[in-house]
Amino acid sequence: MLSFKEGLLDKTARSRGASTLRAGLIAGALLSGTGLATSAQAEEKVITAVMHSGLRVIDPVITTAHIVRNHAYMLYDVLIAVDENFTPQPQMASWAVSDDKLTYTFTLRDGLLFHDGAAVTAADAEASLKRWGVKDSGGQLIFDVTDTLTATDEKTLVWTLKEPYPPLIDTLAKQSALPPFIMPASVAATPATESISSFIGSGPFKFVEDEYQPGVSVTYEKFDEYVPREEPASWMAGGKVVYVDKVKWVTMPDSQTSINALLSGEVDYMEQVPVDLLPILESSDEVVSELRDPLGYQSIGRMNFLYPPFDDVKIRKAAMMAISQQDIMGTLVGNPDYYKICGAVFGCGTPLEDETGAETLINGGDVEAAKKLLAESDYDGTPVVLMQPTDVPSISAQPIVAAQALRDAGFTVDMQPMDWQTLVGRRASQSKPSEGGWNIFFTNWGVPEINSPLINPMLNGRGNDAWFGWPTDDALEALRKDFIKAETLDEQVAVAKQIQAHAMDVVNYIPVGQYLVPQARSTKIVDMLPSPVPVFWNVKKED
Amino acid sequence: MLGYILKRLLAVVPVITFVAIFVFLLLRLTPGDPAAILAGDAATPAQLEKIRTSLGLNDPLLVQFGTWIGQLFRGDLGISLISNIPVSDMVGQRIWPTINIALMTIILSVLLAVPMGVIAAWKHRTWADYAVMSFSVLGFSVPVFVIGYIFIQVFSIELRWLPVQGYTPPTEDFGKFLSKAILPCLTLATIYVALIARMTRASMLEVLGEDYVRTARAKGVSETLVLFRHALRNAAVPILTIIGTGFALLISGVVVTESVFNIPGIGRLTVDAILARDYPVIQAMILLTSAIYVFINLMIDVAYSIIDPRIRY
Amino acid sequence: MSAANAPVSRLQPVLGLLSLPLRLRKLGGGPMIAAIVLIIIVIAAALAPLYIPHDPLAINAIYRLKGPSEMFLLGTDAYGRDLFSRVVMGGRVSLFIGVGAAVVSVSLGLAIGLVSGFFRVADSIIMRIMDSLMAIPSILLAIALVALNGPSLWSVIAAITLPEIPRVVRLVRSVVLTVREEPYVEAAVALGSSMPKILWQHLMPNTLAPLTVQGTYICASAILTEAILSFLGAGVSTEIPTWGNIMAEGRLYFQIKPSLIFWPGLMLSLCILSINLLGDTARDLLDPRLRKREA
Repeated sequence: MLSFKEGLLDKTARSRGASTLRAGLIAGALLSGTGLATSAQAEEKVITAVMHSGLRVIDPVITTAHIVRNHAYMLYDVLIAVDENFTPQPQMASWAVSDDKLTYTFTLRDGLLFHDGAAVTAADAEASLKRWGVKDSGGQLIFDVTDTLTATDEKTLVWTLKEPYPPLIDTLAKQSALPPFIMPASVAATPATESISSFIGSGPFKFVEDEYQPGVSVTYEKFDEYVPREEPASWMAGGKVVYVDKVKWVTMPDSQTSINALLSGEVDYMEQVPVDLLPILESSDEVVSELRDPLGYQSIGRMNFLYPPFDDVKIRKAAMMAISQQDIMGTLVGNPDYYKICGAVFGCGTPLEDETGAETLINGGDVEAAKKLLAESDYDGTPVVLMQPTDVPSISAQPIVAAQALRDAGFTVDMQPMDWQTLVGRRASQSKPSEGGWNIFFTNWGVPEINSPLINPMLNGRGNDAWFGWPTDDALEALRKDFIKAETLDEQVAVAKQIQAHAMDVVNYIPVGQYLVPQARSTKIVDMLPSPVPVFWNVKKED
Repeated sequence: MLGYILKRLLAVVPVITFVAIFVFLLLRLTPGDPAAILAGDAATPAQLEKIRTSLGLNDPLLVQFGTWIGQLFRGDLGISLISNIPVSDMVGQRIWPTINIALMTIILSVLLAVPMGVIAAWKHRTWADYAVMSFSVLGFSVPVFVIGYIFIQVFSIELRWLPVQGYTPPTEDFGKFLSKAILPCLTLATIYVALIARMTRASMLEVLGEDYVRTARAKGVSETLVLFRHALRNAAVPILTIIGTGFALLISGVVVTESVFNIPGIGRLTVDAILARDYPVIQAMILLTSAIYVFINLMIDVAYSIIDPRIRY
Repeated sequence: MSAANAPVSRLQPVLGLLSLPLRLRKLGGGPMIAAIVLIIIVIAAALAPLYIPHDPLAINAIYRLKGPSEMFLLGTDAYGRDLFSRVVMGGRVSLFIGVGAAVVSVSLGLAIGLVSGFFRVADSIIMRIMDSLMAIPSILLAIALVALNGPSLWSVIAAITLPEIPRVVRLVRSVVLTVREEPYVEAAVALGSSMPKILWQHLMPNTLAPLTVQGTYICASAILTEAILSFLGAGVSTEIPTWGNIMAEGRLYFQIKPSLIFWPGLMLSLCILSINLLGDTARDLLDPRLRKREA
């Protein structure tokens, strides 16, 4: 319900069209006190969307869970955002770089307001960036070379560096895993290890606190005072124009239920449809399924570098040789329209795509060569502890197919089933595999989360500070430094090619294929932006 | 009577205490780390350690237990590790759907099952008896989720009579509540009807053989009156008992139906919490459901003495 | 408890149990069919490794979600595994879980119940613990236990067993308390028989009959509980097929390939139906009150 004050504010901002809609809303707000609300509310445009997971955490800094990032894009805005060509564009701020590449000056655009009515200031951006920099690995790299980050006035933020950091703008613009969202400075003062408890952002949607049920549903309403940019929307960049009154995210524990709800018109949108179930949707002319984004997800296997047998590069190579992407993707997805065989650690369809070293992976595996290599190695039959999640459909097939391949190659595999949450806890354990540790597990990443050496979590060779598996790899770290120094795309591509070859050579991790996730929507929902992050601006709901 | 209730209430204390200790220990011995779940895919071990400390998970077990019990005595169920929301708020949001569905299921079940059981006993060893008994055995033999899917397929997808999923509070729109609650209640009721019908039949069979029933019949009291006034009244105690002990069964059904029909109740809340290792939520939920179970059975014991004058405390 | 419920002689229940198969024949109809169905299912499951056409674990992406054919009798699942082989092998595991849970909970419950019924000191503590265990909703306890131990076959059996134990204990204890007051037991105590001997000679026989009935119900409900655990994501790994996890995996495809739920569901329901029917029959036969009236 709109407050009186907001109603007044709204009149002043009425110039941007959709006035009838707003009038209806105000009428609804006035009437709701008199008990006639239902008829007015019926005119509200509400999109009900089934999301891939329930929202339980509201702090986008404390977690990298996709659903929390998606939530944050509703509620918060970002300084700079990436468009569909991977190019950073101004969003809340424009920027200028000094000639010596050491000083970045950001200028906030006019009209930015938080949901509580306060203006967004450069001080808010400063505090938000600092909190983000504690947690995000890309942010940490920037803050390593930061001299100062200060708000010089209400609208200006100056970032000075000790040495040039060419990918700074790319890092700020990234959409995964942890984009730097701008919060009020008072909220951003929360330590990065504690969850925030405020729902105040400056994004195109407001949080409806009364309707939030963790893990079940969350409702957003249009933030009327949000001023969109003039440019057309493209991925996370451009004008975030909202054409609906409310967006309600719901979670359903069962895809079957979600599909039925979509078919019967109870919901309008389903973020992820299992490919096998697409034929059910095809029978209906009130529902369309389509690809949300052409990049999809990269599925990966990661080995533990600390313990035998995978502390030995030869054995890691044998394991990689045994694995066939075709077998894994064929089993996981089935329909070849929805997966790509892709040996590039940076993903296929990205600027840094390169498949050097992944030949066996993309050509059906080579079990004979794997057997031979394993026989030559020091492998003594130690069981390989493979963690198999039992409750996440998108990672169900990888361990099972891989276990069969590894056994064919001569490995002893101890496949240990567990729920995903147990796996997440256990993969953080550096104990021996026989004492609660592990040897190999599988997970999936959105391609924008792995498409550059700056953000790909696996390609980090800092031992205990690296991602689970903890490789100590100085050569990799040196290559990453080279990448940071690269100033042009060509230079970046050249370094990325070396990283690809190196990653495959030491078997940093095993990409096991790239798959696409179809979404489905009611035909009433039109102009939905194709984007890796499902966004609800630009979209319209017809009657 | 009051003394009896007080005595029974006191006996609840050790039960609940044991449940509390048991659940607490069970969870702390469970592998899985709420911090890792909270932090998502890209966290490093050092970051996890910091989160663990800020959640209080690095404190000694005894300290954690003491903190929790201390909170409980102040009526504070703690704060969800994952959502950072007071557990009492989460329970408050989620308990009503479950209570409403469960109540409706119980009413529906009793209305269906008691007549079924009475008829089966009355028409003992006829087709009616066999039909009721077959249904009641069948009700036990098909998994709840299969029944739910079949109902959805038939009533929502083929016939399009009822919505597929969801929940609307009865206070908001009673018609909508009913239309959405019918299928989950029917699904849940199959097993409950089976249970109650069986017990009613068995209990009635026993009572129908008693002398006073024969006397009543001999006096020419109408058969309906004999059945529902004389016999059923005396057969009621075991039927009530089974409704009480069946509560556990209802909970297990609720957990599943809430998933199938997407009802935001406490069953799903608890399962989600277990899978996410959200300790305060699991502890509160198990303690709460146990307390409800104990309380319901206490109520039933008290109800005995009202229904069956032979029982006196 | 009424006098009619008390054992007439200490041997009678044992005789009753032994003569059960003989009397079963006279019942005809339902129980007979149930017994035959169950025997067929048990034999089919036991001999499964001898006749299954495919390795139930062999995955093949090419044959995903295929319909019935000469090669795959009932079609394949989402991993291209043979559904027929999985259903019969799944039956082995499901039955094993059922029987395992029944045997373990009955034996543990019997032991605890005997102790509780005979020793006053232990009784109050044991019964408080049992009351507490009963108060925790069994499905939640089972999910928590599976999460604790990981979803191995044994931890699933343990998770199903633990919540059943208190019911058995209560049953055994109530029988013990009744029998204890019997003159022949009092006489045995007075004559100085040792406690183990009294337990074995006088109490075991009287608890056997109700325990057999209880055991069949536990077996049936364990098979069902396993399916529900699998449905909730806390079941046995897919490398060990069970009726429950075949259905749980198949539920995603309920509308496009109902056979993935239909076949294991049918087998599971038939099996549980038979066990329950036989349990009911056994109870009716073993319950002296009912028998008296039927006569």
